[in-house]
Amino acid sequence: MKQNARVHADRPYARDAAALGAAVGVFGLSFGVLAIAAGLSVPKACAMSLLVFTGASQFAAIGVVASGGSVGAALGSALLLAARNAAYGVVLAPRLGGGRARRLLAAQLTIDESAAMSAAQPGSDDARGAFWWTGVAVFTFWNLGTLVGALAGAALGDPRSLGLDAAFPAGFIVLVAPHLRARRGRISAATGALIALLLVPLTPAGTPILAASLGIVPAILFAGTATPRLAGEDGTGTLPNSMDTDGST
Amino acid sequence: MSWTVILGLAAGAYAFKALGLLVLGPRSSSPRALRVVALLPPALLCALVAVQTFGAERALTLDARAAGVAVGAAAAWRRAPFVVVIIAAAAVTAAVRALA
Repeated sequence: MKQNARVHADRPYARDAAALGAAVGVFGLSFGVLAIAAGLSVPKACAMSLLVFTGASQFAAIGVVASGGSVGAALGSALLLAARNAAYGVVLAPRLGGGRARRLLAAQLTIDESAAMSAAQPGSDDARGAFWWTGVAVFTFWNLGTLVGALAGAALGDPRSLGLDAAFPAGFIVLVAPHLRARRGRISAATGALIALLLVPLTPAGTPILAASLGIVPAILFAGTATPRLAGEDGTGTLPNSMDTDGST
Repeated sequence: MSWTVILGLAAGAYAFKALGLLVLGPRSSSPRALRVVALLPPALLCALVAVQTFGAERALTLDARAAGVAVGAAAAWRRAPFVVVIIAAAAVTAAVRALA
């Protein structure tokens, strides 16, 4: 208990990282189940989760294969979904630090959850800590989930019956909140969301999120002269909700 | 799906991750570039929220997720802890699905 309290005080993101990891783990279960259903062996399903490690891309790839699509289509749609991780890398790079070897390892853990959790932290130390805690938690649960799902098969239920597909967007709302305090952040957010929604019916999966990067353009044009607003430079008042209330729960 | 395809997919996915973290990121470290890069998380994360809430294959839809995410957003607004927000969103979504 004492140890727990200390960890929470030092690393307020640790519990959030574990919660996100657990939710991801349930989707890992369903990936394992679907991979087997799509004709993959257990080693292949596990290799995908270990080596590809980008949930949306993995689901897309086995989805195309299961519906009889070509290898090219599977690779294309999966890689289109993976492309946004390059944008996360650009965001993470300045605050992640570490040598080349560490960064090569960090690259494998660069996904939605770790990037969002890191970007929500005001200080560089916490940004780095949140990245690694979330990345390792998600990697662990995702791979355990895949293994169990692949072995246990269809006996497991659909995570959507637990409503877990709504847990991720809700969690990302908490993590994006610190970025919405500045006007330029709000412009970027609103434009990004609008671009993505407009493109969902028109483009292949993956493109809407990637194109949402252009949300920064109006933010630069209309509020570009404001003072720098890196999450780490905002000073007080940028703590995410989870940190503010951590001690009380 | 052959081992070649799996390894190709792994290589491609890793290439994107490394491209940002090891190539593009370190090259955009001027104060001006950092100011621009700091605007990426709200754009990408809000897009993710929008697509994960309203997206269905190649269409937009209003289903149980919207109710769950709305409750989650309200909880976030009231400064509820992260874990409470995601559990509330999941619970409401599951309840709406069960009732529908």
